[in-house]
Amino acid sequence: MSKNEMTGAAIIVRALIDQGVEAVFGYPGGAVLPIYDEIFKQNHLKHYLGRQEGGCLHAAEGYARSTGKVGVALVTSGPGATNAVTGLTDALMDSIPIVCLTGQVPTHLIGNDAFQEADTTGITRPCTKHNYLVKDIADLPRVMHEAFHVASSGRPGPVVIDLPKDIQFADGIYQGPEAFDHRSYKPKTDPSTEKLDEALRLMANAKRPLFYVGGGVINAGGEASEDLVKLVRATGFPITQTLMGLGAFPTDDKQSLGMVGMHGLYESNMAMHDCDLMIGIGVRFDDRVTGRLDAFSPGSTKIQIDIDPSSINKNVRVDLPIVGDAGKAIDYLLKGWRAKKMKADGAALDLWWKVVNKWREKRCLSYTPDKTIIKPQEALEHLQAAMEKDAREYYVTTEVGQHQMWAAQYLQFRQPHRWMTSGGLGTMGYGLPAAIGVQVAHPDALVVDVSGEASFMMNMQEMSCIAQYKLPVKLFILNNQWMGMVRQWQELLHGGRYSESYTDSLPDFVKLAESFGWTGMVANDPSELDDVIDRMLTTEGPVIADIRVDQKENCYPMIPSGAAHNEMLMGPGAVQDADVSAAGKALV
Amino acid sequence: MASVYEEQTHIEQVARHTIAILVSNEPGVLARVIGLYSGRGYNIDSLTVAETDHIAGLSRITIVTTGTPMIIEQIKAQLGRLVPVHKVSDLTEEGPHVERELALIKVVGTGEHRVEALRIAGIFRARAVDSTIDSFVFELTGSSEKVDAFINLMKPLGLADVARTGVVAIARGTEAL
Repeated sequence: MSKNEMTGAAIIVRALIDQGVEAVFGYPGGAVLPIYDEIFKQNHLKHYLGRQEGGCLHAAEGYARSTGKVGVALVTSGPGATNAVTGLTDALMDSIPIVCLTGQVPTHLIGNDAFQEADTTGITRPCTKHNYLVKDIADLPRVMHEAFHVASSGRPGPVVIDLPKDIQFADGIYQGPEAFDHRSYKPKTDPSTEKLDEALRLMANAKRPLFYVGGGVINAGGEASEDLVKLVRATGFPITQTLMGLGAFPTDDKQSLGMVGMHGLYESNMAMHDCDLMIGIGVRFDDRVTGRLDAFSPGSTKIQIDIDPSSINKNVRVDLPIVGDAGKAIDYLLKGWRAKKMKADGAALDLWWKVVNKWREKRCLSYTPDKTIIKPQEALEHLQAAMEKDAREYYVTTEVGQHQMWAAQYLQFRQPHRWMTSGGLGTMGYGLPAAIGVQVAHPDALVVDVSGEASFMMNMQEMSCIAQYKLPVKLFILNNQWMGMVRQWQELLHGGRYSESYTDSLPDFVKLAESFGWTGMVANDPSELDDVIDRMLTTEGPVIADIRVDQKENCYPMIPSGAAHNEMLMGPGAVQDADVSAAGKALV
Repeated sequence: MASVYEEQTHIEQVARHTIAILVSNEPGVLARVIGLYSGRGYNIDSLTVAETDHIAGLSRITIVTTGTPMIIEQIKAQLGRLVPVHKVSDLTEEGPHVERELALIKVVGTGEHRVEALRIAGIFRARAVDSTIDSFVFELTGSSEKVDAFINLMKPLGLADVARTGVVAIARGTEAL
């Protein structure tokens, strides 16, 4: 047998190793046993056993988001594949590079309703960037390498390879990942320099310019963020970031206005509304960002730089669309700005900053602390202060809901890849398994999952995985005993009829932690907060910190459904049921 | 407080576009295209697909679709994003092109109706490709409007069955996809 002749399963594992994969997040089953057998026989890549395939996918996402590399998941056929669907959709919405290997029944049984058979390529077609069903062993090496190329290039996304069991057993010839030219898939990455020159001209003439950056900058790699910082400094313009873009630019920088959108900062949304030049980079004008479309930034000239042509003019018509890699575009703009010794309109910019600073004076994130009840905002401010003091680099994952928005508002990120949150799909139960992937990729870092008690319970089985691999993940639960965001919407839009949003019968989180070999601690009173946070950070191994917070607290500022950026609700009592139209209520 | 749904200030004109797509002839490629249309709520008025280059393994899909200019632009961008798609061409926008449809039309009848059907078929240059003493199957090619017109004329004359291919289209002149 020649050196490159091997079984399909061996080809799969060899291809993963040659693609530089170090960690695989998976769960075995009948249709992937040959692959697990090959994993058993080698020591190059390490397999992390999740506790449900949904968790494996989020772990792969956490790995990918915190490294910029492709995250790899391995699941069995049928239920393994269907459980993976949420994670795949999440990765598609947030442009996260994932390769997910799914087992499939043998080719001769496909279509026969065999045991644990599902039409995986059919089910995952709309929730992947691309998918493959390998029916010929000769295609396997090419498909394996191509999947990594497709997942990581252009606008990144999830790719599924469905692998019938007979293909895993069949003998084939392995080929390495040589550079190849795909027949049809050729994403355009080089932006038009004429259009970028036009963008520079617009920037030099703008009176009220604003950078608006998102996940595309983070996906473009660390250098893109570094260059963005230089560009923003060179121009002196203010910058706002989407939920996905936090960390592309330091969020606590004096030029940063913080997050934009539904729960974005007042100054950020007002600046979006009133700017005369919007420089969008790696953003997709998501409905959470734009609010009411016909009132979205009515007076601005809009530049949009994005690698995906379908992101341009989808929701908002832009004046200068530029298709290409955000990193290349930023590099060109920075060099152009410097080489041509360009200057912003100084007087106008000064005036613009005065306006912006007036908005800042509103201090939209202020809240009223209480002597007896911990405010969630307060808990996060204290967490931020403690993470600052910790010697380790910190990474934060979140679940979805109020705690997620508060984390986005109150925590600070100065580098890309430090903030892992489910933005587009809004997947509750994302943060805990994602933290597995982050901690695996960064064993020495401080990884905190800012969580709500309801979201956490959606994937709490992964506590077992975290215990198995001794991952020192810190789970910071803002426990208000409600599905907080559901409760908030019911309060604001449904007359305070709290239908099914109370999380009854919660476990004792301390005992729960201990039962998995974690450490558990609880803070009931503001005076206990700092001590619990300190102990959480200094305790070795995984910790649950159950922070009992104000059950009634709502997340502000808020742009209600169907409202415009300058129609933000700043705090309690700002909205009455009747203020939101029936059609506005119909929006999510 | 108003909503996006109520405050559409101007309604963009909906237009019919004929889009030609060159794809790798691989399993699932048609499902990808159709799934994209249904998943994103676009319209398909007509769709044809067949392999056009066996050696290179290429198929050509022709879709007639309707939408506002922004939707049509989205459709093309979304199609272009599919991995097995080589090229997307909006024939309606890119200039003059030829559109043809083929239809097989069965007309059942005797006497005057039968004679009239045959006479109209002659005017439309439809060919009788099958005949019994009380039926014809006509083959007709032409624009969709011509096929519509012929079918309408056949209705009172015993129209029994219609099979249409949907539109195939190609640009005029030297330009190739």
